Amino acid sequence: MSGFSLDRRWFGRTLAGLGAATLSACDRLNNSPQVRKVVDGAEGLTRRVQRVILKPGQLAPEYKVSDISPAFRANGSLDVDDDAYRAHVANGFKDWKLEIGGLVERPLSLSLDDLRRRGVQSQITRHDCVEGWSCIAKWTGTRLGPLLKEAGLKPTAKFIVFYCADMMDALAGDPYYESIGLADAFHPQTILAYEMNDQTLPVPHGAPLRLRVERQLGYKQAKYVMKIVAVDSLKPIQRGKGGYWEDTVDYEWYAGI
Amino acid sequence: MSDIALTPQTAPPPEPTTAPGEPRQGRPDRRRRAPTRKVVIYRTRLWVRIWHWINALSLFFLLVSGLQIFDAHPSLYWGQIATFEHPILAMRAFPQGDSLRGVTFVFGHPFRTTGLLGASPFNGHLVSRGFPSWLTIPANRDLEGGRRWHFFFAWIFALNGALYFAYILIGRHLRGDLWPSLADLKQIPRSILDHILFRHPEGEAAATFNVLQKLAYLAVLLGLLPLMILTGLTMSPGMDAAFPVLPFAFGGRQSARTIHFLCAWSLVGFFAIHIFEVFAAGVFNEMRSIITGRFAIKVPAEPQPAPTLGGPSA
Repeated sequence: MSGFSLDRRWFGRTLAGLGAATLSACDRLNNSPQVRKVVDGAEGLTRRVQRVILKPGQLAPEYKVSDISPAFRANGSLDVDDDAYRAHVANGFKDWKLEIGGLVERPLSLSLDDLRRRGVQSQITRHDCVEGWSCIAKWTGTRLGPLLKEAGLKPTAKFIVFYCADMMDALAGDPYYESIGLADAFHPQTILAYEMNDQTLPVPHGAPLRLRVERQLGYKQAKYVMKIVAVDSLKPIQRGKGGYWEDTVDYEWYAGI
Repeated sequence: MSDIALTPQTAPPPEPTTAPGEPRQGRPDRRRRAPTRKVVIYRTRLWVRIWHWINALSLFFLLVSGLQIFDAHPSLYWGQIATFEHPILAMRAFPQGDSLRGVTFVFGHPFRTTGLLGASPFNGHLVSRGFPSWLTIPANRDLEGGRRWHFFFAWIFALNGALYFAYILIGRHLRGDLWPSLADLKQIPRSILDHILFRHPEGEAAATFNVLQKLAYLAVLLGLLPLMILTGLTMSPGMDAAFPVLPFAFGGRQSARTIHFLCAWSLVGFFAIHIFEVFAAGVFNEMRSIITGRFAIKVPAEPQPAPTLGGPSA
């Protein structure tokens, strides 16, 4: 360990004193609901401006095989604490089925083989965590758009909700969930991935199926997807903000930045 | 119309021709001070002052909310991806007894930074975090709160900056006040010496920016501030899809994040020098100038005709 130390008392105390005075005032601002309402209002502006700038067909950058992260960090739930899920893992998800329902004409129930038969798409993309880090992996799966067309979205459907097997908060008893709008659901790079880097999707990364919605942040990339439901409103679902993190810590639903 | 409403700065006359008793323009001469009188001129126009203060406020909030966001993952990398084992910079906490030890790694070299970086006090005991609570908004660890403040002031900063750039392109602020002339550039060695010796002009020259000031402001206005916006946008997966040139230009999202961090601290460095110079040049006069626009300079008492320094008319 180097001998250099910033632990000089006079320096630290002067800075800390000045900082504390200014920033305790800032913290009072932060705790004022009126102030936060104004500050949070910018989120709607960000979302609308991104929607104008980012055209529906524009693709997230794709990378070379040599760019793939040697160690892709798994975040959030790393496993599912559930007997049914463990049984599926034990037999390689042979009896597992993805349910697609809600505001659709023809609800679907699809095995992994059914998904594979409906087209295979691979893409090497960057996963951007809201915390600031990024990893690159190759994802292989089935495009979501054609599946939704096959099920026949009703005209009232506005959002696609992904229900997951993992419980982030066992006490609340609600599973992880996420949702996206139709523009992102039908985006050419939006896939349900069952392979990562040419291997079966590992459990920490969301086996058997995870969403890849490549123009948004990591927390939108729902893992352990069990059920997909088309809805007209996000309000009735759990706490109504469209996703686990949106509900619990107020992350932005539109996670474009 | 110049934004510094004053007659054009004249180059100082060559030394030998200076008549005895006549003060050399713009440079105080402590040995022979001719009688001078104070003239209050109108130096900084209203829109520059408004821009300055909105900018100062938003940069302050962008810094403290940015440090909050950084604390969510207090490590920096180079390239597209996070090489978790090999960060350029990392702030970590390690258990030490029943407390914590804060360590900052710079290119792998550890520095003990307990109390400030890596581990710092919060509610009476050390907690693991990059920057301490007194440097972040909100004070507690709250990534989402930090993001909300950051993006709110990012909008204000960007719109304020866009108006400023529109104005300097139309108006004369850029060419008239900021862009150094060839004569300015020749003054660089002398200006460096003046700064080292804390020689501040008090005469007409004080009404315009000196060459180092011009270069510093240009580096911030045309370098650091646009870089902050561009590297900030590069961290957005949505903006990278809309403008794939962004991650390409900065060598990756993680490089962009590192550049964003370095530019932010460069702005803090600029701020420190800026404030130092304000005090060195006369805090009352300088503050009056950036608040009211009015700035006092010293001009020869006699027999100089005063009216060239038009007074607060602009």
